[in-house]
Amino acid sequence: MKAAAFDYVRADNLEHALGILDEAGSEAKLIAGGQSLVPMMAMRFARPSLLVDINRLEELKKISQDEHTVRVGACVRQRDIEFNYSLCQTAPLLKKALSWVGHSQTRNRGTIGGSLVYADPSAELPLASLVLGASMHLQSDAAGLREVEAADFFLGPMFTAIAETECLVAIDLPIWHGQHIGSAFTEVSMRRGDFAMASAACQLQTNDDGSLRRISFGVGGVNSTPTVFPQIAQKMIDKPLTPEFAKEVAAEVAKECDPGSDTHASSRFRRSLAGTLLARVMLEALEDSMLNGVSK
Amino acid sequence: MNTVSVQIIVNGTLYAKEIESRMTLVDFLRDELGLTGTHAGCEHGVCGACSILLNDEPIRSCCIFAVQADGMAVTTVEGLALGRGQLSKIQDAFCEKHALQCGYCTPGMLIACHDLIKHTPHPSAEEVREAISSNICRCTGYQQIVDAVLYATDPKGATHE
Amino acid sequence: MSNANFKYIGKHRRAVEHRRFVVGEGNFAADIHLRGMLHVAILASPYAHAKIKSIDGSAALAMPGVHTVITGADLFADTDAILPGVDAPLVKRYPMAIDIARYAGEWVAAVVADTRALAEDAVELLDVEYEVLDHVIDPEDALSPSSPLIHQAHGSNIIFKRKFTWGEVDQHFSECDHEISYRVRWSRNSTVPIETFAVACNWNDSTQIIDVWASIQMPKFPDQLAKALRLDGNAVRVHFDVDVGGSYGLKRGLKHSIVVAYLARKLNRPVRFVEDRLENMRGGDMQGPDRIFDVTLGFNSDGVIRSMRMRAVDDIGAYSGRSPLQLGKPVGAIIGPYRIQSVEYEAIAVMTNKTPQEAVRGFGQSPTNYAIETGVDKIARFLKLDRIEIRNKNLIGKDEFPYLIPSGTSYDSGDYETVLKKALNEAPLSELIAERDRLRQSGLLAGIGISTCLEPSGGNSSFEPLFNPKNVTTTWMDSCFIRIDLSGSITAIMGTSTSGQAHETLVSTVVGEILDRPPDDIRVLHADSLNALPSNSPVGSRMAIMLGGAAAGAAKKLRSKLLTIAAYSLAMSPEALEYCEGNFISKQDPTKKISWAELVEIAHRKFHELPPLLEPGLQEKFVWEVPTGGALPSADGRVQMYPCHSFEAHVLLASIDPETGIVKIYKYICGHDCGVMISPDVVHGMTYGGIAHGLGAALLEKFSFSDEGQLLSGTFMDYLLPSSHEVPAITIVDHCTPSPLTEFGQKGSGEAGYLGSPAAIASAVNDALAERNISINTLPMTPDAIWTALHEHELEA
Repeated sequence: MKAAAFDYVRADNLEHALGILDEAGSEAKLIAGGQSLVPMMAMRFARPSLLVDINRLEELKKISQDEHTVRVGACVRQRDIEFNYSLCQTAPLLKKALSWVGHSQTRNRGTIGGSLVYADPSAELPLASLVLGASMHLQSDAAGLREVEAADFFLGPMFTAIAETECLVAIDLPIWHGQHIGSAFTEVSMRRGDFAMASAACQLQTNDDGSLRRISFGVGGVNSTPTVFPQIAQKMIDKPLTPEFAKEVAAEVAKECDPGSDTHASSRFRRSLAGTLLARVMLEALEDSMLNGVSK
Repeated sequence: MNTVSVQIIVNGTLYAKEIESRMTLVDFLRDELGLTGTHAGCEHGVCGACSILLNDEPIRSCCIFAVQADGMAVTTVEGLALGRGQLSKIQDAFCEKHALQCGYCTPGMLIACHDLIKHTPHPSAEEVREAISSNICRCTGYQQIVDAVLYATDPKGATHE
Repeated sequence: MSNANFKYIGKHRRAVEHRRFVVGEGNFAADIHLRGMLHVAILASPYAHAKIKSIDGSAALAMPGVHTVITGADLFADTDAILPGVDAPLVKRYPMAIDIARYAGEWVAAVVADTRALAEDAVELLDVEYEVLDHVIDPEDALSPSSPLIHQAHGSNIIFKRKFTWGEVDQHFSECDHEISYRVRWSRNSTVPIETFAVACNWNDSTQIIDVWASIQMPKFPDQLAKALRLDGNAVRVHFDVDVGGSYGLKRGLKHSIVVAYLARKLNRPVRFVEDRLENMRGGDMQGPDRIFDVTLGFNSDGVIRSMRMRAVDDIGAYSGRSPLQLGKPVGAIIGPYRIQSVEYEAIAVMTNKTPQEAVRGFGQSPTNYAIETGVDKIARFLKLDRIEIRNKNLIGKDEFPYLIPSGTSYDSGDYETVLKKALNEAPLSELIAERDRLRQSGLLAGIGISTCLEPSGGNSSFEPLFNPKNVTTTWMDSCFIRIDLSGSITAIMGTSTSGQAHETLVSTVVGEILDRPPDDIRVLHADSLNALPSNSPVGSRMAIMLGGAAAGAAKKLRSKLLTIAAYSLAMSPEALEYCEGNFISKQDPTKKISWAELVEIAHRKFHELPPLLEPGLQEKFVWEVPTGGALPSADGRVQMYPCHSFEAHVLLASIDPETGIVKIYKYICGHDCGVMISPDVVHGMTYGGIAHGLGAALLEKFSFSDEGQLLSGTFMDYLLPSSHEVPAITIVDHCTPSPLTEFGQKGSGEAGYLGSPAAIASAVNDALAERNISINTLPMTPDAIWTALHEHELEA
């Protein structure tokens, strides 16, 4: 399983990388951690004639925040997010999602940007970013910088809004402020670390009386992309999240899922899993919110 | 050009080579440098037999082209011993506790275990299992590997899980 | 004899092989570098069944760095077909497809180039024209006379079919109070080593020898390779000192080796082929049993099982490797550890357009044990009897050995009840039950799994003449050669390869025991096939018995010779001498003695002091036949299969999340009896590993095919190997019932754990599901399968 031959260039800076993309178009592919791309190339499913290495660009590895948003550079390694104290405070759902992502050895190389652009429908980071209402910063030589909401970014299996000549440079994650914020991520896979047969994520905030002040949730692996349900979430505001209510909402969500089948899981099993996991994850997030005080 | 120049430090020695850009790090170590201790089991990033330390962090050497590691430092199984005839604590424990059989996954396992005890000097059995969970073994069923790491890190002698 | 009598046998000892493996100095086939070596890549058929109309290699040959392209036509002209082990001469097999590709993944052409990467580039330039033919994937469809034929000339897809009747089956069934019928399905999986098959060959025009370095575990490999290549037997030199990265039965690589040897000779250059994982999974022909068992058990109300009817259909794929014979080996333990009095066994090996099978750990015994144990549990449930109680009622008692089973094998020794009791006590059962109940109260389904299974050992492969009466053979030998050199150091030589079983450690422990010399000072080497004594490879859990026995035999001869020299030198009778650590001392007068060094001197340098008629030097060989071997099967198919019978009792606690189908194992105990363990660490290691293999088969692993015959689980992303998270902590409890047939009382144990764990895990899952009145009778028991079974009635609504 040796990759087809390619030319390799290590980008000096972002501008350099974008210039090459602009010129080479579909012939070129960006590589950061390579944890998805290199195996694809080994199996000759991916055969770029030019590989542009952006993995050492410090400008893509910054983590910064202001009052409302934390901005994570696309080439920040998954492991660096995992062990970043302040991100655990500002975007706890990300860290919880990461504990399900592959294995520590792959997280030592894999980047957040890589996972988002690869856009496997059952991948954890796309689901988490969608639930958090992230927005993606895409940059190209010709069109400059543009921002795309996560909901508009994931278009289909392994297919996003990114253009051939664009590079994902950063991801903005809105910070939730206040008390009683909780989050949870769960999935079911054949083995620990495998792609999920179904996954669910939730972040919520309750009022002092325990009713929902705010809630965002989604499921992965059961549609062509990870999916959130803002309208259903909206109808939950000011209601208490009881186990019965959680199951009711989850059942409604499951009906809207259209999972595929493969050798490991049939579509009806996945649909059932989505409902089961979503109910569980909402209640876990609720419990998490009761343990947490004020958010940072 | 699809050949590149790379300079990689492996087990403390700097190597400068002209290679195809498509050559993976595992093939570089094995075929260019003749360091055949690192093994290829799947070439698509699942089995972990190819694990090495890259700048002191364990990664799969089949999932990285050698050129991506240009200028970096690699440690392979050949670099784990403390000296000639002086096994590391983990290597010695693997021998004492029969933590291997065919030896094919062993280099990757040793890398994972070395990394574990660097960060967690006295791991629990659960922590050991987590650390080796991305290295597949078909011979041992993992039990004696866990026993070996517990033995290596508990001077009073390992207790069975 | 108990372990207490031994100095080295049965003791903790570091395996000598580990010294090289922990520092990365193993010598695996892919590590072999020969000057000027060339590399092979394979073009495989994309179709399950297709005529090959034409192959155009011109574009590939034009690529710089490419040396040759070969196809099946080349091999057809210059090599002999590989014939099946059963009588089916029209099911011919060559390393590459000849005119017709019969499975997706079958090798169609091979390219040789300067590097593997270049060879893969060139393979993409091969232009093959196919004419797609009708295919058949389902084995029951393939049995039908209207099915497309895999091998036209053979006239049927059935390559073997025979019904055996041992004992008064009809009568016993008519006398039973009850009978129960069920079907179980063992889906296709195998032991998938982390190292794929690799082989390097080098031909020498002057010596006319082909040197072969391969990742091999196969009886008679050098001979079969020579035959296929139309070479004399002494023209093939297989280097058995190549370390094999796991095999568990599979690494037969005959087709790989024929191709590479052929190329090496044709090009007069060293050639190496290392299967990549895709080639291995799809076209390496290393998939395993794929079985449908239909079983009927006849039993009484008190739980005693009297008779069994078993029909076993095995889908062997498009060609026959060892696979039909994998239905034959279980004949030697067809009743498991129970007193079943009569058996009707119908074995059917059917071909389909799938990747061929190869020998898998246990050679068919694990699927058979799963089929039997499923029935025992079903009977318990039917009679509302405890599953342990019913086993105790049926287990052969420790005073009943040797026990002759209806199909002709005599079980040598055992104490099954004690092993089961030990396992239950270790758990302890009361705690498992309490924990099970707690889990149930928390909303999970929970169950305890039990299995009691035989591990036949010793490798008397009489299933060969049993399944093919034209193959008149009864010799299953092994050997060892030991020399004590001029400086007094000991070297032992074994004649086959090792794939993790620590044979060097085994032999040095045995020789050290007999010669009373430190095992770590005894060097054990692997011969090559030209200077080796005969061996039949580590198959059928045979090496502790056969290699251990051969090493002991040669060591005893040496010790006897040393005694003769000592007695002569001291002018005393041999009975008057005591042996201690290589020295002989007079029992009467301890000042009269002769040392190891002095004995060595006499043997090697002082012919004038050597007893008359004795050979100079100190070297002995021992070659012997498997104990109880040497008899052909009777006309009704009764035969002594393996000589020694190890035993395992598994006990575990598992839960199922009813909403997700996820199985979790909390505790796993394996009671194990393989007689005297020569190397306990080695035995335990293989038992843990066997249980992990079995867990994979029970819960995770399956070679899935699409309706079009495409392998859907051809990478490690889809064929799921258990990691340290999936395999639980395991406790082994040992028991020792020595074998009366072996030197130290040892039995074989290479297949331990695997033979009982799928049955035990299925037992736990079905115990958990029993409260919902459902059971699962297909492996693997995936979350989807479990969830679907739980919600079937809802889905049907």
